[in-house]
Amino acid sequence: MTNEQMNNVNVRHAYEFRRKKSAEEMRHQVITFVLMIFLTLISFGAVIFNEFIPVKFVLPFILLLAVVQVIFQLYYFMHASHKGHELPMFFMYSGVFAAFLTILAMVTIVWW
Amino acid sequence: MKLDEKFTPQTWPVSPETQTLEGKNKFLGFWLFLGGETVLFASLFATYLALKDSGSSIKANELFDPVLVFAMTMLLLTSSLTSVYAIYHMKNYNFKKMQAWFFITVLLGAGFLALEVYEFYHYVHEYHFGFKSSAFSSAYYTLVGTHGAHVLFGLCWIITLLLRNSKRGLNLYNAPKYYTASLYWHFIDVVWVFIFTVVYLMGMVG
Amino acid sequence: MSSITAKKGFGAILWEYLTTVDHKKIAHLYLFGGLFFFALGGLEALMIRIQLLSPDMEFLNEATFNEMFTMHGTTMIFLAAMPLLFAIMNAVVPLQIGARDVAFPFLNALGFWLFLFGGIFLNLSWILGGAPDAGWTAYVTLALDSPGHGIDFYTLGLQISGFGTLISGINFLVTIINMRAPGMTFMRMPLLTWTTFIASTLILFAFPPLTVGIFFLMFDRLFGANFFNIAMGGNSIIWEHLFWIFGHPEVYILVLPAFGIFSEIIPTFSRKRLFGYSSMVFATVLIGFLGFMVWAHHMFTTGLGNVANAIFAVATMAIAVPTGIKIFNWLLTMWGGSIKVTVPMLYALGFIPSFVMGGVTGVMQGMAPLDYQLHDTYFIVAHFHYVIIGGVVFAIIAALHFYWPKMFGTMLSEKMGYVTFVFLFIGFHLTFFIQHFLGLWGMPRRVASYLPGQGFELGNMISSIGAFMMGIAVTLLVINIIITFVKNKKVDNDPWGDGRTMEWAIASPPPYYNFKQTPLVRGLDTYWIEKMEGKKELTPAEPLGDIHMPNNSIIPFIISLGLFIAAFGAMYNPANIVKDGQPWAIPVLIIGLAITFGSMLIRSLKDDLGYHIHKEELEEEGGKA
Repeated sequence: MTNEQMNNVNVRHAYEFRRKKSAEEMRHQVITFVLMIFLTLISFGAVIFNEFIPVKFVLPFILLLAVVQVIFQLYYFMHASHKGHELPMFFMYSGVFAAFLTILAMVTIVWW
Repeated sequence: MKLDEKFTPQTWPVSPETQTLEGKNKFLGFWLFLGGETVLFASLFATYLALKDSGSSIKANELFDPVLVFAMTMLLLTSSLTSVYAIYHMKNYNFKKMQAWFFITVLLGAGFLALEVYEFYHYVHEYHFGFKSSAFSSAYYTLVGTHGAHVLFGLCWIITLLLRNSKRGLNLYNAPKYYTASLYWHFIDVVWVFIFTVVYLMGMVG
Repeated sequence: MSSITAKKGFGAILWEYLTTVDHKKIAHLYLFGGLFFFALGGLEALMIRIQLLSPDMEFLNEATFNEMFTMHGTTMIFLAAMPLLFAIMNAVVPLQIGARDVAFPFLNALGFWLFLFGGIFLNLSWILGGAPDAGWTAYVTLALDSPGHGIDFYTLGLQISGFGTLISGINFLVTIINMRAPGMTFMRMPLLTWTTFIASTLILFAFPPLTVGIFFLMFDRLFGANFFNIAMGGNSIIWEHLFWIFGHPEVYILVLPAFGIFSEIIPTFSRKRLFGYSSMVFATVLIGFLGFMVWAHHMFTTGLGNVANAIFAVATMAIAVPTGIKIFNWLLTMWGGSIKVTVPMLYALGFIPSFVMGGVTGVMQGMAPLDYQLHDTYFIVAHFHYVIIGGVVFAIIAALHFYWPKMFGTMLSEKMGYVTFVFLFIGFHLTFFIQHFLGLWGMPRRVASYLPGQGFELGNMISSIGAFMMGIAVTLLVINIIITFVKNKKVDNDPWGDGRTMEWAIASPPPYYNFKQTPLVRGLDTYWIEKMEGKKELTPAEPLGDIHMPNNSIIPFIISLGLFIAAFGAMYNPANIVKDGQPWAIPVLIIGLAITFGSMLIRSLKDDLGYHIHKEELEEEGGKA
């Protein structure tokens, strides 16, 4: 276990520091959440009001927004930004690479 | 012995989910599983994109309704946030609040599923757009249905955790279980972001 | 569980194997399961070769011939080669990294039982209406129209087996990443561990597309979906993409562990360390990566277009480079070494030219314009048998001989091994070398007969004779195994005398907890380092203490059984394409799934914390504190 011997004052300080960090992180999560709602609204907006915006622009735009939202989810909600996530993220990106190849194939070299 | 070890909020480790070898293995194993699921859903997305509108008299831009999809998205997105709250409380060794927030997550997830069931029912009865109707419909229902099945499995998982551990409190044995369940839940939300973008939004644009 | 080995009755041993979660016993299960299906696949091959012995032979009719080559391919790849490789990986990799088991012992058992039930389900097709008959690749233009349930046995059986493989892939990845002994950095891992690691990564990313594709075929045939039904807007090329996005990495999943096995054998019997360790690791990683970018070289003739064909042709040729690096490194390992031609080394020596021959014909086929001539001819058949038999099968048999003492505590007969090798090597080349020419002369594959007067008679006759020689070889191997079990002559921890890696430092077979004390790894070829310093054992990294071990469990068996039962329900459901729905089908499907998910629930609800072996018991067996 990682619990070391500490005297009472140190324990209290360390504990308070942890609580502060946790609370700070939680604030980040809420901000992330609000941003994600915002991104979702923009995507929906772009589509609903697509008489004013050309289709050629809307499609890549909402895809980009989706990717940004997923990055937020991964790095904030799923703690991928924390220490100890290097290998999981390496494998995740490898999976994304294989996924990308699959999708690329199906939208380019499948006859219509 | 893992089950017996008693903690206080001060002595509870910073990352309880990876304090034991079992926890470390579950953590890594689950992230790897999510990598594989990424490729799985990508194959489903890829097929959907190849078969979009194919063989169907009713097209994507006639079928999908933004209001319903927006409501479902809000429910799932919020449930993702509530699961983050739950893990926040787990890190603070607050068992009751963690359970409460997971329970709210389950309610929101169940709401999402209810809307999805209604949505499918609506398609089948109003538009005669069933699983067997066309290649497009088969691809649509398989992609969105697989996601829905994953949501259902996640709900069952979290409910099982809540019930099983209700009398135990938090310890180093169940902390990894809650953590991986919340990772799974976030991943389902990630997949939904792509579903509402690629299937519904892109479908509505035409 | 006591540390004293009790004399067990047959029932107790059977129960032990049904419930084991020990990687060493699971290795035995994979070994015998794999050998059983290997024999089955071999019989299927002999049937094919008898039918093709002479023109217009009427040994098998066309329909049965189609079933025969479909089952031969499917069985050999999914039910023989992969399980046999898993046997070796399970037996050896935890020992090589100084671990006491894999990361998820329960899931390890589950992986095996899923494989076995899937394989049994698939092979029941022979007696339940007909085996699948659309090739191991099951292209949907044929597979959708195949009468009877053969293809359904294929989809459901492979789906069940496939889950097992995916679970095992994740298991090995976590084990290798998290459970290496102190001092074992990634660049001190033995090559068998490295190739297992990369192959497991390939499994993780390649099996999901196959899962999805098989679900589509299953849904089309059993539940009325329209993924591949052209009339309803479906598209059959989607199957080919999904299948080969899986299928090409699959062959690297097969061959990389084979390379790893030879990378252990060659240094051991050259008494010289592996030449160019870093470049071997790098080449393995590169092969794994490139393996995902070449799949459409199986689809050159489907009309993808010139640009796509060109891209995949170049990528295919590129993959030969890291493979070539490996070949040179093996040769340079042997150069200047003190070579001992044991049976494993004999297979390694036979592997190098044979695999290279297969590899170069692969590069030839990678040239898209040439592939237009070669596709669907016996040239392709020759190529892949050269790499699979010359690479994977030789590696498996070599590993059987090499690791038999570590798995069972006895040694296979070297003399019989030499004879087996001679029959196998000559038979293999006789069978397949001539097939290059048959292909160039225009003989198509997957066709039940050929007409006289086309110049195919002599080649086919030679090929069939070779096949029988290979049959004799495999029979000799089986006899060798049986005699070894009967004689039961025990050997010590390092029976080959030249072991370099940690598995050779512990008893043959190891005690159920593997290492009394987790070893300290001081460099590559850890045991060799200790030997060079005159030590007989590994340096421990921890004092003697209690060891935590997992409990046995019957639940993996039951989870797999549930899926097996559910598969029957799915196959005979009233919406199926064969139109022979049964009223009991949906209830059976639900019961089967209930058994599976119910068992999973029981597993989650009932705590299973394992047990401890106490320090005192270990000290009794002569451990040091």
